[in-house]
Amino acid sequence: MTGYFVRRLAALIPVALGVATLTFALIHLVPGDPVTVMLGDTAGPADVAGLRQQLGLDRPLVVQYAEFLRGLTRGDLGESISMKEPVARLIVERFPATLELAGAAMLVAIALAIPLGLIAGANPGGGADMGAMGFAILGISVPHLCLGPLVMIVFSLKLGWLPLTGRGGLAHLVLPAVTMGTALAAILARMLRKSLILVREADYIRTARSKGLSAFAALMRHGLRNALTPVITLLALETGALLTGAIVTEMIFSWPGMGRLLIAAISARDYPLVEGCVLTFAFTYVVVNMATDLVYAIVDPRIRLLRA
Amino acid sequence: MRRNPSLAVGSSIVAMLAIAAALGPILVHADPLAIDLKETLAPPSPGHWLGCDALGRDMLARVLWGGRLSLAVSTAVVMLSLVAGSVVGGAAALAGGRVDALVMRLIDVVLAFPGFLLAIALAAILGPGLVDLVVALTAMGWTGYARLVRGEVLSLREHEYVEAARALGASPGRLLLRHLMPGLAGPVAVQATFGVGGIIVAEAALSFLGLGVLPPAPSWGNMLDSGRAFMLVAPHLTTAPGVAIGASVLGFNLLGDGLARAVGRRG
Repeated sequence: MTGYFVRRLAALIPVALGVATLTFALIHLVPGDPVTVMLGDTAGPADVAGLRQQLGLDRPLVVQYAEFLRGLTRGDLGESISMKEPVARLIVERFPATLELAGAAMLVAIALAIPLGLIAGANPGGGADMGAMGFAILGISVPHLCLGPLVMIVFSLKLGWLPLTGRGGLAHLVLPAVTMGTALAAILARMLRKSLILVREADYIRTARSKGLSAFAALMRHGLRNALTPVITLLALETGALLTGAIVTEMIFSWPGMGRLLIAAISARDYPLVEGCVLTFAFTYVVVNMATDLVYAIVDPRIRLLRA
Repeated sequence: MRRNPSLAVGSSIVAMLAIAAALGPILVHADPLAIDLKETLAPPSPGHWLGCDALGRDMLARVLWGGRLSLAVSTAVVMLSLVAGSVVGGAAALAGGRVDALVMRLIDVVLAFPGFLLAIALAAILGPGLVDLVVALTAMGWTGYARLVRGEVLSLREHEYVEAARALGASPGRLLLRHLMPGLAGPVAVQATFGVGGIIVAEAALSFLGLGVLPPAPSWGNMLDSGRAFMLVAPHLTTAPGVAIGASVLGFNLLGDGLARAVGRRG
């Protein structure tokens, strides 16, 4: 078990390096001069040269890349041009808010998905199944972009039950978490339903039933754990997407997380801050996907043994 | 309809969207850019079926023109992603060995990067403009097609008809286009259909964030963004583009579901 974990963690290094290199390439190799974009058309050559030197952009690309990697190992992401603060500090201040939102969205997704999936999977083809899956396909199809303003209009503006924007207590978390969690709930519910339908046909369920258990009891007691395995994997796989989905949700609800920081950095043409935010999102995505692999190996021992 | 309701409902919705996008702007004579300050935030009425926005511009015209743009951009992006992905994935599978391994590592690195974040980063760096938007969105999706085509070509290339074509002197390009791609049409069509829905949302999201189509040009995304400030007094400014996006994605998702079922049955 430890050997498998160590191997998977070691594989993290080349992936992280690849992601960091891709980020560097995006900022430095894509056509267009970031310095003239930052300063505008009216900037004089002296200003352009000065900023280029300040950012280290006048040095050879290989030197810039080496400096970039060295800075990463020290946790130094440079300084924000617009906010005049270390990029790392700005990210550390905002990241917990994004994690809070993503975590709440996951809880909402699980709370909605399990009953929906169970209702659908326990009686496939029935009315409840049609209803649950109809809701699921709607949930998947309505993006955060549309659901967010809709729930704001209904629950905040018309009914006045919940605050409109900003971060505060639990009440502020409800609408953004529901907005982000609904699509994920729909995807998880569909997977749980498919999984339960497959598990129903298994031999051990037939054995349990022949011993006198009802279909429902056999499914819940013996089948649910196996049915949940692909759902857990899917949840972990979708967590990465949840983080980047937070970018739009944070803008809709004025939630002070890293998504809003990234968009503000882009508007201000603050390339060091853009680079830092993109790297942080990308690294988190890589780590979450790696954690998925490890969780899956714990839940299903055949994975470790197959890979060993 | 009974055998494959998703296919029937999905294709109906997509057909209606395509007709609305193609004919709507012609049949509705209102100019989506014409400002009329007397009609600022006007609610839906016989003269303006979806009301007017903060500058008095007709919302129905803007939604229809926005739909034309969304469908055109998403179709273009999916076509480009499909072509780029198929060429890269197919060529890697046919070449085999080190070339295939290198291409797969490259795809793995791109896939390790969250797709929408890649689109945001590219859109931010390339700047505004329709071509740059298409490039940014294509970067998001091509790897999916590359993997799909590579997987299928790897399994098909050992079949006798491929060996025969190769023995007759067919070039890798001809092998891919004439002999392998027709077999892939089903799975690729399913992925492309889901892809269009995904790109409609991504384009709307980028425009909402100010990185895609910029005002005054109407895009469902930038209409959602400008409508937010008036949600209390004029909710129709956000519900109209919101419903349009939701209906489009629903249509393409149902169509994709239906195609997947049809392809699965035949396959």
